[in-house]
Amino acid sequence: MADPMRIRAALAGDEVTVRVLMSHPMEAGNRKDAAGATIPAHFIKDVEATSNGKSVLKAMFSGSVSQNPFLSFKFKGGAKGDKVVVKWTDNKGESRTDEAAIA
Amino acid sequence: MNNSRRVALKTTGAFATLVSLGIITQSQAQAAVDHASFQVKTLQDALKAIGGTAATSDQVSVVSPDIAENGAVVPVGATSKLPNTTEIYLIVEKNPAPLSAGFMIPAGTVADVQTRLKMGQSTNVIAVVKADGKLFSATKETKVTLGGCGG
Repeated sequence: MADPMRIRAALAGDEVTVRVLMSHPMEAGNRKDAAGATIPAHFIKDVEATSNGKSVLKAMFSGSVSQNPFLSFKFKGGAKGDKVVVKWTDNKGESRTDEAAIA
Repeated sequence: MNNSRRVALKTTGAFATLVSLGIITQSQAQAAVDHASFQVKTLQDALKAIGGTAATSDQVSVVSPDIAENGAVVPVGATSKLPNTTEIYLIVEKNPAPLSAGFMIPAGTVADVQTRLKMGQSTNVIAVVKADGKLFSATKETKVTLGGCGG
């Protein structure tokens, strides 16, 4: 299982800025290893972030997203202490969910 | 059979079945872009998958470096000042898989997203935004000194 995501959520005025660093190889499926065999595609396909049970972002990634994907977005209506939950699912069906409180 | 017809038939059939079984709702079935579309190989196909041609708008901006030292990790962001922006897509024109990321923005979320993309070579980076059902775009050229797609 991948390492935990690092999530930071900070409230400034009425906007919460969320920054997430996910841990994932993000193989697009077009690289070859030393032996010349194609490294199979293994990348995060879907990301969903929710706060207080409400979806605040859905994202779809392709193999073009860098290894250990970084994602930053902003939403309104969050309060200090609310949880932001982020879940990713990859093309092999693996998934990971982490959360952080809004600071 | 032509591969894209196959894919189109597969996905429309699959969604129709899922909706009839009640497994996914009608609105999910009509989600703008599905994962099959993410595998398109050209800019034209990516725009088609998103929904057609987009008008350039100065209310949309794509933020990417003029020169990227390391094509494996290029910070790219997109913002839209258009009201009712519901989707933002990032396209890296010269990548093998140009449609790189899509963001679905619900009400209450700001149309301002950033991520890091791989770029195989110097290319245009295009942000396409759907606002009120219409498409708008902005383009920025990023030069890459060391390509990031491998091979």
